[in-house]
Amino acid sequence: MLALFGSLLAGSRWSDASLTPKLALDLEGGTQIILQPVTENDEEVTPETISEAIAVIRQRVDSSGVAEAEITSQGGRNIVVALPGRPDAETLALVRTSAQMELRPVLTVSGPAPVEDPAEADPAADPAATAAPTDGEPAAADAAATPAADAAATPAPAPEAAATPAPTETAAPSDEPGKEAPDNASDLTYYATPKVQADFAALDCTDPANLTGGVQGPADRALVTCDPDGTAKYLLGPVEIQGTNIANATSGLEVTQTGATTNNWVVNMELDGEGTRIFRDTTTRLQALTQPQNQFAMVLDGLVISAPSLATGVIISDGKAQISGDFTRETAATLASQLNFGALPLTFEVQSEEQISATLGAEQLEKGLIAGLIGLGLVVVYSLFQYRALGLVTVASLIAAGVLTFGVISVLSWTQGYRLSLPGVAGLIVAIGITADSFIVYFERIRDELRDGRTLQAAVDKGWERARQTILASDAVNFLAAIVLYLLAVGGVRGFAFTLGLTTIIDLVVVFLFTHPLMLLLARTKFFGEGHPLSGLDRRRLGGTAPRYAGRGRVVSAGNAGTASLESTSEPKVPVTAGVGGSGQTIAQRRAAAAAAARTTEPGPDAAAPDPSPGDGAAEPTSGRTEGNEH
Amino acid sequence: MASGFAQWGNDLYTGRRSYDIVGKRRLWFLIGAVLVLISAVLLVRPGLNPGIEFRGGSEFRINEIVDPAEQPAIDAVTAVSEEEEARVSRIGSNALRVQTATLTSEEVEEVRTALAEAYDVSTDQVTSSFIGPTWGADVSDKAIRGLLVFLGLVTVVMTLYFRNWRMAAAALIALFHDLVVTVGVYAAVGWEVTPATVIGFLTILGYSLYDTVVVFDKVRENTVGVLDQSKATYAERANLAVNQTLVRSINTSVVALLPVSAILFVGAFILGAGTLRDIALALFVGMAIGTFSSIFLATPFEVALRQGEPKIKEHTARVLRSRTAASEGGEPALAAAARASGQIRPGTHLGTAAQPRRKPSKR
Repeated sequence: MLALFGSLLAGSRWSDASLTPKLALDLEGGTQIILQPVTENDEEVTPETISEAIAVIRQRVDSSGVAEAEITSQGGRNIVVALPGRPDAETLALVRTSAQMELRPVLTVSGPAPVEDPAEADPAADPAATAAPTDGEPAAADAAATPAADAAATPAPAPEAAATPAPTETAAPSDEPGKEAPDNASDLTYYATPKVQADFAALDCTDPANLTGGVQGPADRALVTCDPDGTAKYLLGPVEIQGTNIANATSGLEVTQTGATTNNWVVNMELDGEGTRIFRDTTTRLQALTQPQNQFAMVLDGLVISAPSLATGVIISDGKAQISGDFTRETAATLASQLNFGALPLTFEVQSEEQISATLGAEQLEKGLIAGLIGLGLVVVYSLFQYRALGLVTVASLIAAGVLTFGVISVLSWTQGYRLSLPGVAGLIVAIGITADSFIVYFERIRDELRDGRTLQAAVDKGWERARQTILASDAVNFLAAIVLYLLAVGGVRGFAFTLGLTTIIDLVVVFLFTHPLMLLLARTKFFGEGHPLSGLDRRRLGGTAPRYAGRGRVVSAGNAGTASLESTSEPKVPVTAGVGGSGQTIAQRRAAAAAAARTTEPGPDAAAPDPSPGDGAAEPTSGRTEGNEH
Repeated sequence: MASGFAQWGNDLYTGRRSYDIVGKRRLWFLIGAVLVLISAVLLVRPGLNPGIEFRGGSEFRINEIVDPAEQPAIDAVTAVSEEEEARVSRIGSNALRVQTATLTSEEVEEVRTALAEAYDVSTDQVTSSFIGPTWGADVSDKAIRGLLVFLGLVTVVMTLYFRNWRMAAAALIALFHDLVVTVGVYAAVGWEVTPATVIGFLTILGYSLYDTVVVFDKVRENTVGVLDQSKATYAERANLAVNQTLVRSINTSVVALLPVSAILFVGAFILGAGTLRDIALALFVGMAIGTFSSIFLATPFEVALRQGEPKIKEHTARVLRSRTAASEGGEPALAAAARASGQIRPGTHLGTAAQPRRKPSKR
């Protein structure tokens, strides 16, 4: 617990943690959009596709400058986008657009910064920025590493070409192509119109606003865009292969012609029939071109995720391309899953769009907390009333559980991004009752044992043994409910299930590591051990009615300890066993039976008592022993 | 009073005072069946009132209004769309919620402006949402799937833990009763069913079983070795268990209900419609009913099931026979006392610490 709060404190001091948990949208206010991804041909949406779609949306939202957007998958089927505050219509539209994968030939590559004077568009002015390898993109080339026959695309060593024909500076660059029809998709003269040239020069990929993606661009025109990290900008030809033409993509270690496995991570892409045909033509054409026009850009959601160049002398005719380069296991897997995502284009259907006012959330939270405090107060009053001083143990345990819960939620909110929602708060308040119940079960068991005539220490031991089993069983059921709810449910139900499960665990931790040790300590004190009337463990009030063997052949029957008046009632106070099954009787039971039998013949409470000191018979041996142990 | 309650608890524990809960099980079953029937009727008429998450539609919230009267909102909506009937409810101290059927985005804008004018606030204070009709259905779909999986798992766990499927079956019957009655009461109150309500219902699952498990644990403890003795029948031992846990059941339900009723009170009277109120009502009813069923339904059901077992049947008959024989022998009172005794088996050694000891001699 100390470690928990220590780390939290340290985290808030030196990192971005805060001492209070972060709040979910319904308490903080904001906009929540629930999207359902729909495929065009009713293909099943796999969890991988969903997580890739989430990555695409995250790229858009993060780049559009919305802080702390929360994008999660809901039940493996829907995507929940939670945006704090009130985002503008543009951001909302951005979230809803579908993402497509396209393969376009690269016409020009340059550094990310905008060029004011098109004459400076010569990328030689800024070669360092482009050559820098990025995470997702194999920019650093390793041409030697790809001698594979069928396969073959090596990333560009350094983009060198430029907007070669510097456009004349006119006020409004014309969008007219330089000639009637393009010779092929890499025809710079046709696609790089003066307007495209100017756009390309002006594009600033270091500005996050340009990295949102979502703009697909017309398929038959050139596209000016960036890579997702903003480290390079591209002028791309028209779409040649659609993402749907990708049959499959996998990542793995490179296998050479001889079948030996090298240590290089590669991505293997397989195209379908139509894609194979187009790609054969394309690779044939690209083979004749020089850098960077022998590069082929994979455009996901309008951003270039990878632009490998074709290895010299390779024409891919079987539709199986191998992309090699400076991959790690992770980056190769990422690219493969991005390509797979592109193979299954998704459109997003808006299921609900909800705006939550911040003031309303704050009011709900405030009132909810007040309700929780009132409830806690009532619980405290009730348990003090019922259990006297023992109620304080309940209160202390509840406080311990509360503090622990708060700490765990804060830490989770810091490290895991957990956010407390209103159903979560409700779960916490409900947990007060369930947590307090563990203590009640425990105390009642101790009292039961006291009634059976055990000393307090023995009663705590034995009671704990039995209560532990009950608490474990019932908490297991509760925890099971929480887990099933969490795994299968969606949205608010999840937040609720989470707090329910968390508090169940914390309940166990507190009972095992706090309440029980505390009880063991308290059982040794005089106040509790002797059963002070205010301790809640008063043996006289609990009436340890079972006859207890007090040594030397005497039986202590607590029934006549202080409550003599009750004996005059018709019911016999001391439960006695009759002759049936008498063989199983203990000495004590037999004696008690004899006493009871005597009473039926000559009524009179004191006469029947086998105990020589009826005044305080039950407590006396105990107290003497307890003192003896302590001093 | 507390001492009276404690004394009552003692008497229940020792069996000096005992409520014949198991014996009168027909009465409890009848009450349970009637409750379930009434709930079933309530579910049909008036039926549950589905919230906007289940109907689908547009929702507006107007914040920071001075006079939370409902009529201007209804008028504002009808001004935009003739046949539209708006549902207006108050949220918190100074906000209103207006729900309509699905509107086009132009209509949404118009209604927003109209509402802002009607309540004399800026349009910024009017938020709008669109909720698809499938979303709520999705939530409940998941909830029902979760329910089924949970029930399956919990049956297995309880059967393993109690080593008897009858306990699991009885617990599930009690659970079913709790759920139906809770949903029925919710229908009777007429509040909208929102995902928060569904959460509340699902929690009842956990809570009802939790409560039942605690009682069953005592039943199990009391009936260990019940066949090896002839003083008490299985039903009597189980009844003793229910009586012994009665104090715990009461204390627990009071402690659990106190915070929930605090939320319910705050939610219903201060906050108005919303998550807290919906969860709290479902929980309040469910917990109260859950306590009732764990005492009066679960154990009697379990006993009824167990008495079908040949072994138990034979044992019960044997005990009753020997008891009749004993009473003919003239010891009725003692036999009754034996039945109520706290333990079947003789006590065990309590450890050396429990032995009387000579005080250490002071030197």
